[in-house]
Amino acid sequence: MSATDTVSSLQSTLLARFSYLTPRSGSADHPAVNVPAENLVSFATALRDELGFDMLTDIAGADWDQESPRFAAVYHFVRTAKCEYLRVVCAAPDDVAPSIPSLVALYPSANWFEREAHDMFGIDFAGHPDLRRILMWDSYPWHPLRKEFPLAGKETDIPSDDQIEGARTKVRPAPLAGGPFVATPGKTMHDGEPHGKDQSWNETQPKPTR
Amino acid sequence: MSEIKEISLGDIAARAHELAEETPGEKMLLNMGPSHPATHGVLRLRLELDGDIVTKCDPVIGYLHRGDEKIAENMTYNQFVPYTDRLDYLAPLANNVAYAIAVEKLAKLEVPPRCQAIRVLCCELARISSHLLGLGVYGMDTGAWTIFMYTFTEREKLYSLFEELTGARFTTSYTRIGGVARDLPEGWLAKVEKFCDELPRTIDEVDKLLTRNKLFLDRTKDIAPVSKELAIAYAFTGANLRASGVPVDLRKDKPYSGYENYEFDIPVGTVGDCYDRYLVRMEELRQSIRIVKQAIAKMPDGPWYAEDAKKIFPPRKDGVLTKMEELIQNFMLTTEGPQIPPGEVYFEAENPKGALGFFIHSKGGGVPYRLHIRGGSFVSLGILPAIIPGNYMTDITAILGSLDFVMGECDR
Repeated sequence: MSATDTVSSLQSTLLARFSYLTPRSGSADHPAVNVPAENLVSFATALRDELGFDMLTDIAGADWDQESPRFAAVYHFVRTAKCEYLRVVCAAPDDVAPSIPSLVALYPSANWFEREAHDMFGIDFAGHPDLRRILMWDSYPWHPLRKEFPLAGKETDIPSDDQIEGARTKVRPAPLAGGPFVATPGKTMHDGEPHGKDQSWNETQPKPTR
Repeated sequence: MSEIKEISLGDIAARAHELAEETPGEKMLLNMGPSHPATHGVLRLRLELDGDIVTKCDPVIGYLHRGDEKIAENMTYNQFVPYTDRLDYLAPLANNVAYAIAVEKLAKLEVPPRCQAIRVLCCELARISSHLLGLGVYGMDTGAWTIFMYTFTEREKLYSLFEELTGARFTTSYTRIGGVARDLPEGWLAKVEKFCDELPRTIDEVDKLLTRNKLFLDRTKDIAPVSKELAIAYAFTGANLRASGVPVDLRKDKPYSGYENYEFDIPVGTVGDCYDRYLVRMEELRQSIRIVKQAIAKMPDGPWYAEDAKKIFPPRKDGVLTKMEELIQNFMLTTEGPQIPPGEVYFEAENPKGALGFFIHSKGGGVPYRLHIRGGSFVSLGILPAIIPGNYMTDITAILGSLDFVMGECDR
């Protein structure tokens, strides 16, 4: 039996056993299924307790932009005994206030992954014990990995005057103003030097509000 | 005139309770980091201490967040290779390889045997470099300064080898989708072999200095043991998982890049304490040397890039300068990026700090629609709130050192 046969057999076993699953197309490697949000917890419980998928190795948030449902979480479960992977994709039913049940109670590793997806996409993992931002700071207002968020970033409030005074530090915009550096050939040597992608704003010119 | 407020006895009682909650016992809040020599970068721990014992630990991460995933969505596949250097910046070659294999899996592209062997060689040298640093600073964290000097001397030699291979000591950016940037330099393999012959002497020296050292044993033995179940529940990978007694190694269990052709053993710990994590890394160093020697001995000849991948790997320079088709192909690849078919892939490579995973969703074309990075260090730190409470404040440095994480990969 070849590797691809095992992959498809696991997928068909799952599809036959759990009627709410749908096959996920386009997987280049592991078996992949879609699960509705309301069945996610019961499916994950069955995966852990009955099918031996004891490790949740990764959760990736995703934003499908114009599609609906717009937000999803991509889970990768591993059966450590055989080193088998399973991709489970759970779409958030609501596009405006996306919410997916949390798996922290089943897999403790989901804790930080879900916090990250919440931070980057604004997905609310219902039932998460401590859903705070993890990579950005707590008062950050945006969700940077959403597709409408510009690569160059958005202006956020800098600390208030009394905070700056208390910290005895100088506050000015980050030196990478203008987004990631690009180098394009120009007429003069100065034009060819690495510069910000969006030159309409920099340390001296304020950033246009979007 | 300020208003006089009537306070009932009940209110006072309630307030007394409130005050007692604000100052419970003699508990003290302490910030460790984000700039602290023992936190290996910019990790910040918010600790609650009862005397010398930690009762609560809340790691605060993100100080090194650069938005790598967002950047990846805005550039072609090959342009992202230099960003992978900066994930686990102590083993950039291993990151390059992991990323290249992930994209190649999506494109269903096989690279020739020589390329695979070069990549294995790179991965293992990166592992040696990373573990040497990991052990050196671990020794330093537990008060054994000398180790750092020994391991750094060896690491320096390794960096000279990297420089000769890739042109850079630190940020190697060696792989391309469908191959590597250039072939091995002449006489380089002999130098690597010489290095591998000399390295065991240093490892033995470190072994003698640490493994039976009473002070080191006191600092690490039975400190923060992670059981098998806990390690799997928190999705530990790599040496940390194996130290807890779970014999999972992606190089053996899900071989990539031809790892199935090499003979090596997987060291496994028993109790998963700080000492086990040290022992596993020491043995992995020796096993890596074994793999490197095998890779050198049977380094195949042939091309070091996929020749039949016109839409992915650029043609040779001599062809570009003389033939029209190659010129067009080179131009298209440079401007549009390698053409990867639509689909999804998740690939984990056995990196020195744990599994480094890439989830890529492609809608076709030269730019990934979504690229998610699963950093081994991110996961290793997630367990801190569970294992640090109950330990002494001084043990935190040993625990952090034993987990061997790097913030570049954690914060991405």
